[in-house]
Amino acid sequence: MFRDAWLIAGKDLRIEMRSRVGLNQIVPFAVTVLVLFAFALDTDQEALRTYAPGLFWVTVLLAALLAIGRSFAVDLADGAADRLLLSGIDPISVFGGKAAAIAVQLVVLEVLLGAGVVLLFDVTVHRYGLLVCAGLAAAAGVATAGTLYGALVAGLGVRETLLPLLLLPVVAPVLIGATRAFQDAFGVAGAEGWAWLGLLAGFAAIYGVFGAFSYGALLEEA
Amino acid sequence: MTTATTESTGTGDGIPATTSSRATKVLGWLTLAGFAVLVALAFAWVPEDTRITEQGDVVGQFDAVRLMFVHVPSAILAYTGFGLTFLASLAYVRWRTDWWDMMAHASAEIGVVFGVLTLVTGSIWGRPTWQTWWEWGDVRLVTTLVMVLVFVGYLAVRRIPADAVVQARRSAVIALVGAVNIVIVNRSVDWWENRTLHQQSTLIARKIRDETLFTLSFSFAVGMVLFAWLLLHRFRMAYLQRQIEELEVDEALAERRAEAGMSETQGGRP
Repeated sequence: MFRDAWLIAGKDLRIEMRSRVGLNQIVPFAVTVLVLFAFALDTDQEALRTYAPGLFWVTVLLAALLAIGRSFAVDLADGAADRLLLSGIDPISVFGGKAAAIAVQLVVLEVLLGAGVVLLFDVTVHRYGLLVCAGLAAAAGVATAGTLYGALVAGLGVRETLLPLLLLPVVAPVLIGATRAFQDAFGVAGAEGWAWLGLLAGFAAIYGVFGAFSYGALLEEA
Repeated sequence: MTTATTESTGTGDGIPATTSSRATKVLGWLTLAGFAVLVALAFAWVPEDTRITEQGDVVGQFDAVRLMFVHVPSAILAYTGFGLTFLASLAYVRWRTDWWDMMAHASAEIGVVFGVLTLVTGSIWGRPTWQTWWEWGDVRLVTTLVMVLVFVGYLAVRRIPADAVVQARRSAVIALVGAVNIVIVNRSVDWWENRTLHQQSTLIARKIRDETLFTLSFSFAVGMVLFAWLLLHRFRMAYLQRQIEELEVDEALAERRAEAGMSETQGGRP
């Protein structure tokens, strides 16, 4: 099962490495959003520093929508999704592999955006351990929920507009938890960052289990 | 209410001509009468909410308390609707029948209507009482908003034309995930801002006046009758919709057969 998941994740990541859509389009888009936030909040460096965790995670969620949409668009082309279904690979492995590939892309995005936030918004990191753990757990949560909803809307003519409507309210707890954890890690607000990490991990676990078991039914119809 | 005559469906295949029945008529009249009594009680019988503090100041919700008789039942009906959607979706996953799928759809639609009504009336009530239209620190408020958004997404999915089985399966997954998500949202918002403006113990601590309590209970009863009336009509409408769709498929098949030079009697009805 893990070998198959590894194969699927490898396939998706290789496609991304070769097409460079993520690096050439999604990352610049995310950086643009950060710049727009700075324009919206004026030249007030203090406000930017205070709200940096929230702005960072909103940007990650917006970019994640693109990454998830892309992950399923790739499978739709040339009937790749049908062949994947016919390959006999367990849907749980397909789910795990696709979620892992999206999570890896999100982590790369977070690293690049994190550097952007440090440079542009002038924040300093106080707790690296918390930052890394919260970043990983939030990426896992968004990736598992995103893979579930991505499969649900894949193949629909309205998937680009439907995915944000379905996914964003669902990942609201990730936004809250990750923002609070990062506030603690950046030292901009007194939040119990490690407690929030529990929420993020719980979210990822629930969606991981739910997604893995309902994925077979969703794949058949896509 | 909605009617679909047998003439408009083009057949007389035993499809009901209307969503109305004796039961819905009784429920409809009960709702109307109950609502009239509720308005009379809320405006003529229940006194405005005031109390005098130790310093001699007059405080309270004043006339805004009357909004509670719409706001609180709406909230309960919204949660009932979403709860029923969750249960019906669970039942669909177990038994895979159209009946449960239509029940999930009907109750979700009613849940969204009352969810929006809850948010609107709560906001109007909050302005004079809390001096704000919206309070982000309130757990129930934020949870209800997210819940309504999740089920608006659910209804959007239901509007996408698709094979009935695919549609039902897809919708059931969204409803189940959405319902589980409500618990996570509720917990996270609670931890996010661990305070609430809602009066937690008004009913339990008997701080509420007898007239207000009676009217509030009466509004629950009227609300439940209204819910049953709406649910019956909406469910039957979904049923009629499916019947029409099936007839349309039959007609389209018959036309294709006719085009191919086969009469329906030769080919037989599918």
